[in-house]
Amino acid sequence: MALIETDHLEKRYEVGDSIVHALDKVSLQIHRGEFVAVMGHSGSGKSTFMNVIGCLDEPTAGTYRLDGIDVSSLSRDALAEIRNQKIGFVFQGFNLLARTTALENVEVPLLYNKDGSKNRRERALEALRTLGLEDRRHHHPNQLSGGQQQRVAIARALVNNAPLILADEPTGNLDTKTSIEIMDLFVRLNEEKKITIVLVTHEPDISTYSKRIIHFLDGKLVSDEANRR
Amino acid sequence: MMNMPSTVKISLRALRVNKMRSALTMLGIIIGVAAVITMLAVGRGASNKISEQIASVGSNLIIVLPGSTTASGIRLGSGATQNLTRSDAEAIKQECSAVATTAPILNGSAQIIYGNSNWPSIVFGTDENMLEVREWTLASGRNFYDQEIRSAAKICLLGQTVVDNLFGNDDPLHKTVRIKKVPFVVIGVLAPKGQSMLGQDQDDIVYVPVSSAQRNLFGRWFPGTVRSIMVKARSTEDLDRAEQQIKELLRQRHRIGPDQEDDFTVRNLTQMMQMAEQASRVMALLLAAIAGVSLLVGGIGIMNIMLVSVTERTREIGIRMAVGAKTWDIRLQFIIEAVILSLIGGLIGVLLGVLFAQLLSFFAGWTILISTYSILLSFGFSGLVGIFFGFYPAYKASLMNPIDALRHE
Ligand SMILES: Nc1ncnc2c1ncn2[C@@H]1O[C@H](COP(=O)(O)OP(=O)(O)OP(=O)(O)O)[C@@H](O)[C@H]1O
Ligand SMILES: [Mg+2]
Repeated sequence: MALIETDHLEKRYEVGDSIVHALDKVSLQIHRGEFVAVMGHSGSGKSTFMNVIGCLDEPTAGTYRLDGIDVSSLSRDALAEIRNQKIGFVFQGFNLLARTTALENVEVPLLYNKDGSKNRRERALEALRTLGLEDRRHHHPNQLSGGQQQRVAIARALVNNAPLILADEPTGNLDTKTSIEIMDLFVRLNEEKKITIVLVTHEPDISTYSKRIIHFLDGKLVSDEANRR
Repeated sequence: MMNMPSTVKISLRALRVNKMRSALTMLGIIIGVAAVITMLAVGRGASNKISEQIASVGSNLIIVLPGSTTASGIRLGSGATQNLTRSDAEAIKQECSAVATTAPILNGSAQIIYGNSNWPSIVFGTDENMLEVREWTLASGRNFYDQEIRSAAKICLLGQTVVDNLFGNDDPLHKTVRIKKVPFVVIGVLAPKGQSMLGQDQDDIVYVPVSSAQRNLFGRWFPGTVRSIMVKARSTEDLDRAEQQIKELLRQRHRIGPDQEDDFTVRNLTQMMQMAEQASRVMALLLAAIAGVSLLVGGIGIMNIMLVSVTERTREIGIRMAVGAKTWDIRLQFIIEAVILSLIGGLIGVLLGVLFAQLLSFFAGWTILISTYSILLSFGFSGLVGIFFGFYPAYKASLMNPIDALRHE
């Protein structure tokens, strides 16, 4: 069974008189353990795709199954539960809580988890340790470099042992050297922990880290090919 | 749903981060609660004082005055008609079953002289029943004997104020004072009662036998009559019946025909005072209501701040939703924030209110009464205000679309 399975997925926006097809009949499958790079011009619908498969946004039409579950029938709270248990998000702008330490940021998903209260601290520390940030645990986001902030965000995505990480231009705000470090990290997580990764990027260099590259154009899926590293 | 301790922690941190704003928000609640506590303390103090004064006047009292009353309650001809007598008082006592006792009153003001001191006071001619009627006790000495009333003995009982002004520290018993130049021997001193409801000093008083007052002091203006009769009913329940019996008896004694109006007026003193007590209660409630309004305004302040806070922290809400916060996780976070604000504000308000009430009683001499009830009430109310006004912003926050919240600038 595919982890992600979309069938004629559509997302339309009506702005004034015009209708924007941000996603236009997208049908694809992503299996466990895959590392998919999502590419396309600006405005081609990459972020929209990520938000829909991340259960942050609802499609206008079509169906989407995550791990076999048709999410369109689920309530807000059930979707929140799914995001908590199955999905880790990494954003271009890091999206960490300000004035909150690295450790506490990593703890946040555990706050909303039924059995998250058990050894929450240790689990968050463990995740930070994996990312080599143990000594930065008491730093606030504004006391960390961009790369370090993104690693905290990745630690947060990992802390619940979610099988899927969705990363929307995770290296967009980082320099080349740091970008390479972060991508190496994703490769490691994919290979060692078998975490499924879907990653949006503009840059062909970054996409080469993946095993499969899909292209969007005006909301349509226009190419889907395997990538050899 | 997430666990309470961490929600409280999250809320506390949010409040700490915006110290100034939290403090200003709390100020509304602080002022509201402090006002409620102070107003209730002052209001209840006042009505309590009135109750005490009513008790000091004596309970279950009816006063009978000469002259009729019009429908509007104005008494006519009080100076002209002098038709109440000592035997009326005696008859009321003997024949009205609802009446416990009566005392005639023939009063007037007079200079009291002792040695070189003199003091203007009010002299009441009455009989030995007065002490029972007005529930006076004696600080020293004894009451009149009825035979002294009959024989118009020149003896008197003095109130504490009169004693203080004439005798200083000397013992007044068996000394002779001169009332309107007539010598009277002091046989007793009344225990102090304090101020009356109208602010009069109840201890500025002299009692003499009514017969002596008629013969030696005020008889010239009211030969053979008294100015009023004080009646004590057997119980509060008997007041109305007593009033009825007195009317019937006096109409009969004064030979008033069925079509004629009463030539006297019966007033239920206790009822009048209870009305005053009632009024003071209403006043106290009114004060509390005004204070309650300021508490409400404080609550609206909290809502305002929470709404701003929700808008400001939309991104934070988005992040929390993205990692799994459910509807009630978000709601609780903001509600708890509001409740913490209002409870801390409430606590400070209670302390300030108690302090302020104490200051009022200390410096302005107001009677105050702080009850645990009023403290619990305003504290509980401030908590409710927090929940009530915290809910809308929390509700608003929880309904946001996760992606819209995340994209918020
Ligand atoms: N909330 C919205 N309301 C209206 N139109 C929207 C909204 N969000 C996205 N769109 C439109 O949908 C299309 C796809 O947007 P999307 O953000 O998915 O592009 P993208 O591929 O992520 O672009 P970029 O590479 O610049 O991030 C765009 O044309 C955009 O204008
Ligand atoms: Mg995008």
